[in-house]
Amino acid sequence: MTNILIALVVLLTIAALVQLVRVNELLSEITNTDTNAVTDEDNNTNGILFIIIGSGFLAFVVWQMVTWDHLLLPPASSLHGAEIDSLMKVSMTLILVVFFALTPMLFFFAYKYRGKKGNTAYFFAHNNKLEVAWTVIPTIILTTLIIYGLKTWDRAMNPDISESTVIEVYSKQFDWTARYSGLDNTLGESSFLLVEGKNVLGVDMLDENSTDDIVVREVHLPVNKSVLLKFRSRDVIHSAFLPHFRVQMNCVPGLSTQFAFTPTKTTAQMKESEGEDFEYVLLCNKICGSAHFNMQMKFIVESEEDYNKWISSQKTLKNTLTLK
Amino acid sequence: MSDHHHKETFITKYIFSTDHKMIGKQFLITGMFMALVGMLMSAIFRVQLANPGEASVLYNLLPGAWVNAEGALNPDKYLALVTMHGTILVFWVLTAGLSGTFANFLIPLQIGARDMASGFINMLSYWFFFIATVVLLSSIYVEGGPASGGWTIYPPLSALPQAIPGSGTGMTLWLYSITLFVVGSLLGGLNYIVTILNLRTKGMSMQRLPLTVWGLLVTAILGVLSFPVLLSCGLLLLFDRSFGTSFYLSDIIINGEALHNSGGSPILFEHLFWFLGHPEVYIILLPALSIVSEVIAVNSRKPIFGYKAMVGAILLIAFLSFIVWGHHMFMTGMNPFLGSVFTFTTLLIAIPSAVKVFNWLATLWRANIRFTPAMLFAIGTVSSFITGGLTGLILGDSALDINVHDTYFVVGHFHIVMGLTAIYGMYAGVYHWFPKMYGKMMNKSLGYLHFWGTFICAYGVFFPMHFLGLAGLPRRYYTNSSFPMFDGLADINEIITFFALAGAIVQAIFIFNFAYSIFKGTKASKNPWNANTLEWTTPVERIHGNWPGELPVVTRWAYDYSKPGLEKDFAMQTEPLHEGEQEH
Repeated sequence: MTNILIALVVLLTIAALVQLVRVNELLSEITNTDTNAVTDEDNNTNGILFIIIGSGFLAFVVWQMVTWDHLLLPPASSLHGAEIDSLMKVSMTLILVVFFALTPMLFFFAYKYRGKKGNTAYFFAHNNKLEVAWTVIPTIILTTLIIYGLKTWDRAMNPDISESTVIEVYSKQFDWTARYSGLDNTLGESSFLLVEGKNVLGVDMLDENSTDDIVVREVHLPVNKSVLLKFRSRDVIHSAFLPHFRVQMNCVPGLSTQFAFTPTKTTAQMKESEGEDFEYVLLCNKICGSAHFNMQMKFIVESEEDYNKWISSQKTLKNTLTLK
Repeated sequence: MSDHHHKETFITKYIFSTDHKMIGKQFLITGMFMALVGMLMSAIFRVQLANPGEASVLYNLLPGAWVNAEGALNPDKYLALVTMHGTILVFWVLTAGLSGTFANFLIPLQIGARDMASGFINMLSYWFFFIATVVLLSSIYVEGGPASGGWTIYPPLSALPQAIPGSGTGMTLWLYSITLFVVGSLLGGLNYIVTILNLRTKGMSMQRLPLTVWGLLVTAILGVLSFPVLLSCGLLLLFDRSFGTSFYLSDIIINGEALHNSGGSPILFEHLFWFLGHPEVYIILLPALSIVSEVIAVNSRKPIFGYKAMVGAILLIAFLSFIVWGHHMFMTGMNPFLGSVFTFTTLLIAIPSAVKVFNWLATLWRANIRFTPAMLFAIGTVSSFITGGLTGLILGDSALDINVHDTYFVVGHFHIVMGLTAIYGMYAGVYHWFPKMYGKMMNKSLGYLHFWGTFICAYGVFFPMHFLGLAGLPRRYYTNSSFPMFDGLADINEIITFFALAGAIVQAIFIFNFAYSIFKGTKASKNPWNANTLEWTTPVERIHGNWPGELPVVTRWAYDYSKPGLEKDFAMQTEPLHEGEQEH
């Protein structure tokens, strides 16, 4: 029934359009004008529409910035993230300034220079001074932005990791597992060929570094202490995305990747500013299959004391996996 | 040249035609059909995003197995729709539909040639494209559905049928289809280059080429240099899928089974893919931007400002486009130093892009603008190029990309800067050259309605996506209701879907106008826009060979509009220089 109704609506719309065009053509036949020639009136209408709808667009942009501001991610909860946020502020300000300068200019020109019979356009084919100016100025601004960006990138990618707690993050369709490196802060060897039964990560239990490793489904981090995440994937490419920490890295089968950062705000602190429901969460940000949209793991940042309490209550691999 | 007088049958005229004008129209109609298919797909997944897990009448358009017992769309088929939408829009509509149409139609007409260098190869190019289209569409109906790993088909997801149903027969057909597509586009591209370099009429020096031809020439060069890489990239994937090789696969357990593959790297695939993938962006953009330059000049009644700078900008953008592909891979774990290099080259592209925008603005300054529907779309293109281009400064900066990579911020960015810009450019081209294609005029008022409706809806769809991205929402999520942190975004999604459906309906006005005008449109005159370029010296009725007598001789550049000292506000390229007149 709905299909018939839809078909009917489509047919009626087409019929209406045909009639509209016909009326349009008949009218112009009566007045003996070419229906499709652009008149001064058309130029006026469209010029004014550029002002009205153009302003509407700009107002819509401002409205979105005001109304949806509270939905955006809160300030970064990590050391390098704060630097990224500053760079973001500078870049965002720059592009907004350019956007709010050029867009109104475009719409205004469209209105202001709308055609009129008898008017002549100004023959203006090139002007070297102008062209040099608007090549050189963007070049200078961009150079500054590039240098600032590269410095931020360099610091984010190359932090001091000598003291970092090493944690492995392991992805598969469609969940995450984490492995703490234990007291020795060294992860035991692992191989996909060793994945079997309870040994979901394929940890080599003959490697003595493995015995104190701890496998968990929820990551706890001590605040203000550097952590080095090492990523591994079992099946397809996933991407570990921790938006609140400004952390993202792909997990690639056959390749080991990593990202180091220092969390600066505890979950409890975030709950105070962002609401009781707040949790840090790890998402998958690379298309990985049907349940890509629901691949998550909780991260909890807490005081060092609470963290130590939690980690000492977890069982090491020596206790959970039987040695072969 | 006598062969342009031979008798045409229905088959040689409309189907196996070697006439570049007919081939251009074949590309256009096929591209429009695919655009409709791609747009319907997006309408369907937008409905899912606004009403996750609910039934919808629109799902009746899908094969039955795509919907579960409650009438909701299956998550893997959501991904299939997203994948096919991307593939169709990027390759079928904005590459073949845009370049194929305008390169074929305009190059011989604007350079003063009777036809392409090889009409037969040109015909083959279309028919390879046509078969590719049939193969791609047929993949929708195979078991497991079409390719579902995203249009970028990263392995291992695309290599393993166990990973997602669409990576079975559907993916194989996708690869066959793209192979045929690449063959077609290479045949076309070589032909365009050879034609432009060798068949320009007397007086048509490179410095006198209309900007459309420059854009199409550089586009063809980009295509010829980068599409073969996609072809080899796809072939290696085919080997991994079918013959047990390990180019891209290593250390994988899928469905509890450890695969024998070792030593391969999916990152290799990404490098090969984006070595095409990034030039591809400009293969899509340059024809649109060049069409817009032409349309703006004609309807401003002014020369395009900074012709040489415009050509320079096209060449610089094309060169840079080959050394920026790594910005798609900042988060793959490649050496951060490499990321720095790609950030540097990527942000440089902003310079020639800015020059183009300023030159368009300078062209509009003190103009005498005639608002044809084509001109409206051309101004819309400049607007979307500004809006979308600017957010590139965020994404191209590796440090900032960490948090917006693969989020809706990217989706908003490329749909505006690449999607909208190219589609607007394509519409501008169709409205502008329709009188030359069909000898009829398109209805002006419907054109206005179409532009304003599209302009409003398109920004309504794509601008809010930036906010979704800044809220951290990843792209390609079937629903964002699994994460409490995204609960506040439901309203934005509903707004986007509303504008998407409204925008889709507005496109019906265009399709109607197009079809109606072919048969019932008012008759066009020889040069309805008072334009300068050579195509407007050809007769209204299509003839094989373009000019009935001698080929035209060119005596000036294409942009003598409102030149002081001349009687009319335009001087066609065939009009000899008057006594004492300087060439621009």
